[in-house]
Amino acid sequence: MNKYDIVIIGGGPAGLAAAISAKKNGIDRVLILERDKELGGILNQCIHNGFGLHTFQEELTGPEYAERFISQVKELDIDYKLNTMVMEIDREKKVTAMNREDGLFDVQAKAVILAMGCRERARGALNIPGFRPAGIYSAGTAQRLVNMEGYMPGREVVILGSGDIGLIMARRMTLEGAKVKVAAELMPYSGGLKRNIVQCLDDYGIPLKLSHTVIDIKGKERVEGVTLAEVDGKGKPIPGTEEFYSCDTLLLSVGLIPENEISGNMGVEMNPVTSGPKVNESFETNIKGVFACGNVLHVHDLVDFVSQEAAAAGKNAAAYVKKEHTEDGAGREISLIPAEGVRYTVPSTVNAARMDEKLTVRFRVGNVYKNCYVSVYFGEERVIHRKRQVMAPGEMEEVNLSRAQILQYPNLENITVKVEEDETNGSKESDLH
Amino acid sequence: MEVKNLTCINCPMGCPLTVEIEAGQVVRVSGNTCKRGDVYARKEVTNPTRIVTSTVRVMHGKLDVVSVKTKEDIPKEKIFACVRALKSVQVEAPIHMGDVIVKNIADTGVDVTATKNVERQ
Repeated sequence: MNKYDIVIIGGGPAGLAAAISAKKNGIDRVLILERDKELGGILNQCIHNGFGLHTFQEELTGPEYAERFISQVKELDIDYKLNTMVMEIDREKKVTAMNREDGLFDVQAKAVILAMGCRERARGALNIPGFRPAGIYSAGTAQRLVNMEGYMPGREVVILGSGDIGLIMARRMTLEGAKVKVAAELMPYSGGLKRNIVQCLDDYGIPLKLSHTVIDIKGKERVEGVTLAEVDGKGKPIPGTEEFYSCDTLLLSVGLIPENEISGNMGVEMNPVTSGPKVNESFETNIKGVFACGNVLHVHDLVDFVSQEAAAAGKNAAAYVKKEHTEDGAGREISLIPAEGVRYTVPSTVNAARMDEKLTVRFRVGNVYKNCYVSVYFGEERVIHRKRQVMAPGEMEEVNLSRAQILQYPNLENITVKVEEDETNGSKESDLH
Repeated sequence: MEVKNLTCINCPMGCPLTVEIEAGQVVRVSGNTCKRGDVYARKEVTNPTRIVTSTVRVMHGKLDVVSVKTKEDIPKEKIFACVRALKSVQVEAPIHMGDVIVKNIADTGVDVTATKNVERQ
């Protein structure tokens, strides 16, 4: 059986950054397994610009951002297999995969990094009545067809959902000559980045209807049109608000789901909010030596943060293989608890004995908050209280924890991250920023 | 006096900006909560520009299309002219990232370059 120190599942932005980091941290035997015919993952179809502002201080397109990492993987002589589907990983980290050259094969790893990314929520999850005609695509499928295969899915388009891929595709289809009539969003706020609303919808006069959804799809062989209606506070269509839009295409941009079938089957403990693994400060799951990063862990808005997380996961996996990892039992496992407006945190636990001097905790809020505070409590004591003018579910938030500060609280069990609407707590505050 | 309404894109706040223009000059920006909103509004009403990305057909390549971009931002009103000009373009593989696909697209003085490598079939 083939043996590798670290096997990375997925060759997208997370897998690439993790592999590079593992290699640079002294691990020679690194293998990337990728199911597509090329490295780069979803970046290959994201031909628009705006990637890498944080990492490279310039605006790259998706393929250009990917290439910066792919060329490093090649320079560092990191092994990778394309067109290779991982079927199973067992708890002893034996990876079972298959492809056309090798057939079904096993690779024994000392550490595994899960970097499978996510997939799109499909029509079946939405309960929209109507037939199942041609012309209904997830936004990402349409993106692949237009940008990589050179096909146009349709001429008259309605978009359900305001996720970033849907917004990007509204512009892309418009530039390719389609008429994008409207984007409808069930929630009273958009799920996408502000920049995309302005540059993909407003620039082209495409209306965004918030608190609206598709209640009927007309057409049996091919989509002929859809009926939109406004929804009330509970998401129920309001009678009398129905509007019919004729169209031949309906794009769905209604959320992304981390692809964790392999993780679940091997016994990785999952967070029901993110649908991704629960990880500690080292991006390690409940199974020792199994790490997770990127969209398989939690869905990101910006690839820069995926690269950062993945680099940390790669470094920690390298430390695990080199047995530099702090022994079990050293330090305390402190739980990170999301509360009051904070839906989840990544990581879920932190151990000061293993963490770097600074740890970035990422989270999402469950609603739009204006003029609020992000607060962090060590036990009952508030230690971070940071004013935020606005926070929205569509934009990932972060807060930094300092190792030195955690070490000042030797009996600390819980760190709580929450949104506070106004000044009610009079305790002493310090701001790490 | 002309008044234009914009949404600031610098942060998730998305401040509703009001720009007052007189004789082609911006006289006042309001609605912004920080300096960046002011800068954005002035640029957006006087000289709005965008980087345009698209694809062109590839002959004899491992992929049928290659992604391209304007090397720099071009005036917003030239976006459609740029995309139209790219419609009929066909290139022969191999193509390397950074290769110039069309020079001086739509008379903007800006070249369109490939953003991906496409090997020959």
